[in-house]
Amino acid sequence: MSDFKIHHREGEGVNVLELKGYLDAHTAPDLENAFQQLLTEKRYRIVVNFKDLSYISSAGLGVFMAYIEDVRKNKGDIKLTNMTAKVYNVFDLLGFPILYEIYKDEKEAIGKFKDGKK
Amino acid sequence: MVEMAKKISKTVLSRTDQLLEVRDFVSDAARQFGFSEEDIANIVLAVDEACTNIIKHAYQYAPDKKIFIAILRNNGTFEVRIKDNGKIFDPEALKAPDLKRNLSHHRRGGLGVYLMRKLMDKVEYNFEAGNNNEVSLVKFLSKKHDSPKK
Repeated sequence: MSDFKIHHREGEGVNVLELKGYLDAHTAPDLENAFQQLLTEKRYRIVVNFKDLSYISSAGLGVFMAYIEDVRKNKGDIKLTNMTAKVYNVFDLLGFPILYEIYKDEKEAIGKFKDGKK
Repeated sequence: MVEMAKKISKTVLSRTDQLLEVRDFVSDAARQFGFSEEDIANIVLAVDEACTNIIKHAYQYAPDKKIFIAILRNNGTFEVRIKDNGKIFDPEALKAPDLKRNLSHHRRGGLGVYLMRKLMDKVEYNFEAGNNNEVSLVKFLSKKHDSPKK
């Protein structure tokens, strides 16, 4: 029963969460746990790669809203990358591009962290 | 001659693990009706949001309640009616979400209702005595093709 999977990897001080499958009200708690884990370990430089995410509902978007403040308070950020057009459309409808950095490619997002901005 | 609306229906339990099944049910019906992939995705998401709201707000995560979904297809109109017997949920009380304000207050409410209105051509709520709540989500098949692009 795995409609949704998260793969965590770390390199160069940046934590990448790769999301796969369907992120809805049923699976959003899994993502919450993953963020909670990162925050507990004081890992605040986070890139979320959406390459293999097929679907997202507002329950999934709500998770990003729940953690972004805490992450930024600690001089980190949650940067979003590799969204399909379908997934990006949902973020766009809710106005996320104004408040979140969204990149086409994961490397670009990691590069922004390395530039020392956040 | 009045063409009878073609109706199909499905009942699921008020649990989030049923959402995938609901999405498949709606997706198949919308595809058969002739919608584009983009429209199908929008309808499916709107129905997911409506069912999620029922699970969270109307039934407050009670797992043994029922959600009744009916799809009516008539001419160019595709209507999804979703009923529950839970607490009345007043969508009008929700303003469009203010993302910045929500962020600073750790609030996530209202996104689903806002999305439903954005994604569908018509969204209506009916509340009857005896806790019969219904939301109707309508998408017109030809609207997009007929409208000139802005």
